[in-house]
Amino acid sequence: MEITFNGKPRRLPKSISIQELLDQLQLDCRQVVVEHNRSIVSHQRLAETPLNHGDTLEVIHFVGGG
Amino acid sequence: MQIKINEQNYTFDDNLSAGEVRDRIKADADLLIVNGFPASAETLLHDGDLLILIRRGEIPGADELDALLTSRHTPGVQRVVKQSTVGVAGVGGLGSAIAIALARTGIGHLIIVDFDVVEPSNLNRQQYFIDQIGLPKVYALRDTLARINPHVRVTAAHLRLTPANIAEIFGHAMVLVEAFDLAEQKVMLVETFAARFPDRPIVTGSGMAGYGPANSVQTHRAAANLFLCGDGATAAAPGTGLMAPRVGVAAHHQANAVLRLLLGHDPVTEKA
Repeated sequence: MEITFNGKPRRLPKSISIQELLDQLQLDCRQVVVEHNRSIVSHQRLAETPLNHGDTLEVIHFVGGG
Repeated sequence: MQIKINEQNYTFDDNLSAGEVRDRIKADADLLIVNGFPASAETLLHDGDLLILIRRGEIPGADELDALLTSRHTPGVQRVVKQSTVGVAGVGGLGSAIAIALARTGIGHLIIVDFDVVEPSNLNRQQYFIDQIGLPKVYALRDTLARINPHVRVTAAHLRLTPANIAEIFGHAMVLVEAFDLAEQKVMLVETFAARFPDRPIVTGSGMAGYGPANSVQTHRAAANLFLCGDGATAAAPGTGLMAPRVGVAAHHQANAVLRLLLGHDPVTEKA
């Protein structure tokens, strides 16, 4: 299946959760905000939220300082 | 013709100059502002013009002050921002500068929240003063905001924001400003507020440490209702400190994004 990941097409195996994708990409999920199909997903729900063909996923990485 | 002078309505014959009207209403005024811009006494007035008459050095009464403070604003902006409530989460380098910019803009209600107190190491970039060291930042900032614009209502909360209290504290915020220091806290705030208020915009800061080019600090739309101001990469770290100029650039990107959102404009592009 194919999703749009940070604005670009990306092929993925079937039945993968958002958490599994973040793990594969070695992203520190404590420092990212995830938007799935234009809704922000809280951390507690990343593992239980499956990705489907045609989905849009934005992963926004934050750095410290303010 | 109808002219509004220092927020009061007047009717005059046509073809009068700003100076002629000044002589009738406030002869000692030495600064004339027509429709938000300084004007000469010879400037011809037209029906519907907004005229502000100021005598330099005079501290105006409370009634007049509100109009005079905002006399350089684009007409129409004031009405909108005065009705607005903005939340500022964290009042360190970003949040203190953002709150001051928004107070100067005449935002009706600011909700400022932070658990920290003013320390000497803050003064290299945060909008506090030597005589405020040791005070909770939100109370020091509330005092400063009152000195700038007493017509801004300020709700100051000296506490730590958590998933349990964010929705309640910022329940009335039409726009939320994220101005925390730690990346994990930025994420926590965004997730919590977005879960409760998915249609309200959040304006965040990420990547403003060091003294890299100011032009690398930008405003992006990171998600449907999430705007990110900064270079997106330069974290505060050993050897890369936070400094007033670049933190200020990012802070004012955030403040301008808030203003554009309140006025119904896209923060990133010219389109409405």
